[in-house]
Amino acid sequence: MTKLELAQQHGLSQNEYETICARLGRDPNEIELGLFALNWSEHCSYKTSKRFLKLLPTTGRRVVQGPGENAGVIELENDWCVAFKVESHNHPSAVEPFHGAATGVGGIIRDILSMGARPIALLDSLRFGDLTPHPSGSPLPRRGEGTGVRVKSLFVGVVAGISHYGNCVGVPTVGGDIYFEDCYTDNCLVNVMCVGLLKKSELKRAIAAGVGNKILLVGARTGRDGIHGATFASEDLVGETEAKRPNVQVGDPFTAKSLIEATLEVCRFPELVGLQDLGAGGLSTAPAEMAARGGVGIALDIEEIPLRDPTMTPYEILLSESQERMVLCVKAGSEQKFLQTFRKWGLEAAVIGEVIPERVYRVRHEGRTIAEVPIELLVGGPHPQPLPDTGRGPSPLAPLPWVSHGRGTPARQGEGLSWPDRLRALLRSPTIASKRWVWEQYDHTVQTNTVIGPGAHDAALLRIKGERFGIAVTMGGNGRYCQLDPYEGGVRAICEAVHNLVSVGAEPLGITDCLNFANPTDPEVLWSFEQTIRGMAQAARAFELPFVSGNVSFYNQSEERKIYPTPVVGMVGLLRDLEQRVPMGFQREGDLIYLVGKLAPSPLWLPSPSEGRGDGGEGGEGLMKVGGSEFLKVFYNFVGGELEKTDLGLEVKLTKALLEAARRGLIASAHDVSDGGLLVALAEKSFAKGLGARLELEDLSEEYLFGEWPTRFVVTVHPEDDSVFREILGSVPYRRLGRVGGSALELGGQSVPIEELFRIYESALPEGLR
Amino acid sequence: MRAAVVVFPGSNCDHDTYYVLKDLLGIETDLLWYRETQLDRYDLIVLPGGFSYGDYLRAGAIARFAPVVQALPEYVAKSRGIVLGICNGFQILTEAGLLPGALTRNISQKFICKTVKLRVENNATPLTQLFEYGEIIELPIAHGEGRYLAPQETLERLKRNRQILLKYYGENPNGSMENIAAIMDETGTVFGMMPHPERNSERIFGTGDGLKIFQSLVGALGFVRV
Repeated sequence: MTKLELAQQHGLSQNEYETICARLGRDPNEIELGLFALNWSEHCSYKTSKRFLKLLPTTGRRVVQGPGENAGVIELENDWCVAFKVESHNHPSAVEPFHGAATGVGGIIRDILSMGARPIALLDSLRFGDLTPHPSGSPLPRRGEGTGVRVKSLFVGVVAGISHYGNCVGVPTVGGDIYFEDCYTDNCLVNVMCVGLLKKSELKRAIAAGVGNKILLVGARTGRDGIHGATFASEDLVGETEAKRPNVQVGDPFTAKSLIEATLEVCRFPELVGLQDLGAGGLSTAPAEMAARGGVGIALDIEEIPLRDPTMTPYEILLSESQERMVLCVKAGSEQKFLQTFRKWGLEAAVIGEVIPERVYRVRHEGRTIAEVPIELLVGGPHPQPLPDTGRGPSPLAPLPWVSHGRGTPARQGEGLSWPDRLRALLRSPTIASKRWVWEQYDHTVQTNTVIGPGAHDAALLRIKGERFGIAVTMGGNGRYCQLDPYEGGVRAICEAVHNLVSVGAEPLGITDCLNFANPTDPEVLWSFEQTIRGMAQAARAFELPFVSGNVSFYNQSEERKIYPTPVVGMVGLLRDLEQRVPMGFQREGDLIYLVGKLAPSPLWLPSPSEGRGDGGEGGEGLMKVGGSEFLKVFYNFVGGELEKTDLGLEVKLTKALLEAARRGLIASAHDVSDGGLLVALAEKSFAKGLGARLELEDLSEEYLFGEWPTRFVVTVHPEDDSVFREILGSVPYRRLGRVGGSALELGGQSVPIEELFRIYESALPEGLR
Repeated sequence: MRAAVVVFPGSNCDHDTYYVLKDLLGIETDLLWYRETQLDRYDLIVLPGGFSYGDYLRAGAIARFAPVVQALPEYVAKSRGIVLGICNGFQILTEAGLLPGALTRNISQKFICKTVKLRVENNATPLTQLFEYGEIIELPIAHGEGRYLAPQETLERLKRNRQILLKYYGENPNGSMENIAAIMDETGTVFGMMPHPERNSERIFGTGDGLKIFQSLVGALGFVRV
């Protein structure tokens, strides 16, 4: 095999290989090739995505640490800060769901730890294929058939892995979301967000500095697991996935828990210069990144690294992605007290190298240099490749090629079904149904800070012991919207997260995101990537919210399926006074129910065949812009339609008004209207206390009752607060929907007992898994 | 009075329990490293929840060999004070033979985290004296191995001696025999409970029933020390 072939086997392009040779002035040896393969992988270098990520706003007065470190940091009150970030572990989870998901949790926890923060909460966004194949008689190809068993085993395995790791490590899992769509059948998504708490003065950086200072490796021993994990994450998921199992790391949450405690102990030592976790790329990336940040070089003595198997070669040692390891840079002479602390906790700890003045990454074996490359070349990543022209995306009304039915309208079928029947069917849809089966397997109350936990509200709420204020956190994203209109989908992903925080009464402060996309060498995928980012950026600017950290996951596709463009947004907010938190559910008989925001979707104008876009009402026939709605999928097996464009001016006005009303204690309950539309939101509000609602709506069309369009909340208000509440709303549109009362949802002469709806909502997922 | 919350590698409710004793009840409390064996200075020793040693092998099976647990029988024999095991602590106490029976995998085979209702079966004990007999209280559970099993004669003895203190009420979440959630030993100084009182010790988390568990113990210890 030639060196070039070897390089290509490592995932490097010919162009990249030639750049390396030119810059080194020689051929790289095998170890050096391995170093470049990992550092220059898409996963580690963001070589395709970084020019687009620059579009995102990253500054703000509360930003303590923006993108570029292991996690972003936002300032709260009283010197308290939160560090937070989301990471994907999609491919490992698709191959080995239990350990893939478990190590995803472990990896993001160590990122937070690297900032000197104690991890206080986890959230997970999960995406799987359809649990139940499409019903017979469907106009769609029945691709779901035969995949149900695999989807179930992935789902059950991922949940068990998160439960195993998160519970043992003692960090509560407080939120997240789950969607089931055919496009995720082969390539499920497992995105994990971790939130950590620290005082501003305790902030740490992932830096190596000070020539002669020591490099320590602590935690678990280095083994053969996970070799080439980062390159595995940077290619399509094709062929026999079983053969990729050795690429998946194995997690040890017990060691991780000890590592958290020991690391937080040494974070108090003034001799600590910097620290970073070993994630993707292991020792080949983390120490190099630390040295790059410090403007120094680093030399590692390979024989000092504690191994699980003494026969491991230097190549294997450097490329291993064994879990529960951290790298520390400490002042020369202070090594012993660091080593002692880690050993007290039963962990491995060794001095494995030192900071050197030459700005190179040097690997020594018994004093002899066996690899040496310039730090800037290694960490800087390859020159951006010429990309396909993203300006040539599909024209706005052309169907995206992989949308099942494009942007047409569904055949009108199922007419005559009553709204109670439709509501029951929607509550039974796994995407909408209660996720209790999942979150009851997660310890969500450990650390005794969880004021609002999973399943109880749009966002979770945590307290800080001894403080009045609370931290609200949310995570989610609807890929279907991005599939139909990536720009609008990006806008909505941000707005939805803002809504979730505002529902609780918390002011949004900062964003982390995970961008899950298919293969970016496909121009259409790259186009949707750019559009999604542009949409997210515009919405974030409207709310003046910074992105402080994030992650990109490409290559989420198999031979048969590409995933929908799926941005997952994590957001953190501040509730100034925990006593002012707003519940989700109906609170009191007689309270007034309001829909606030955008009250109805716009009419859908169909394109006339000759002129492209029509401009009259002739094609509409009463159809509305409710594209991507769950009801279209459940009732018509149709994923499509046109999305209502979000009015960001209204968004900002609405959320500001609601926060003001919440601060003044005028809102009895709040819930944003999202998946499933208005009646689903009302049903969810009734579940908290079993209180029903007497509704007076004029429009009983399914578009109105179940359609999804943006910018609206359902809130309830005590009658005595009504006039002040409406005053605060000002020019924000509102409509009274009725009053809280009884034990049923009553509308248009029909009623359904809450108890029955709740039973359907709660039993759907466990029954779907049977 | 002085309390200790034992810290094993893998304990994860140690700080939560410490917070209730120290910050909410104002009791002098130490976090006690698992290698310690000098226990006489403590009136109350809590083995907290979590996953000591990762619960590898079996919950509590490794922790029972920890020096601090090895020192417990002597502490109990001389009636020095009270020992409370919560969740993983309960599992350790059964593994160490300080409490009868065993805690096995939940009947659902899954970890369960939820708030459950419990019935007070005996309120004439240091753990429960502030409750009414038959009172229904609420506490969170969070465990994968909480199914209490014991031989029939042990169960009969527990019943006869009124050593069963709390039973799951309405729903048995884990398949425990006799719906058992909390027991004590025959001396009335060693207590084990699967629910987490430290997770419902403030009104912001619910009824606050958990605080009464700790207050009961503290009140009882005042008596013990006289």
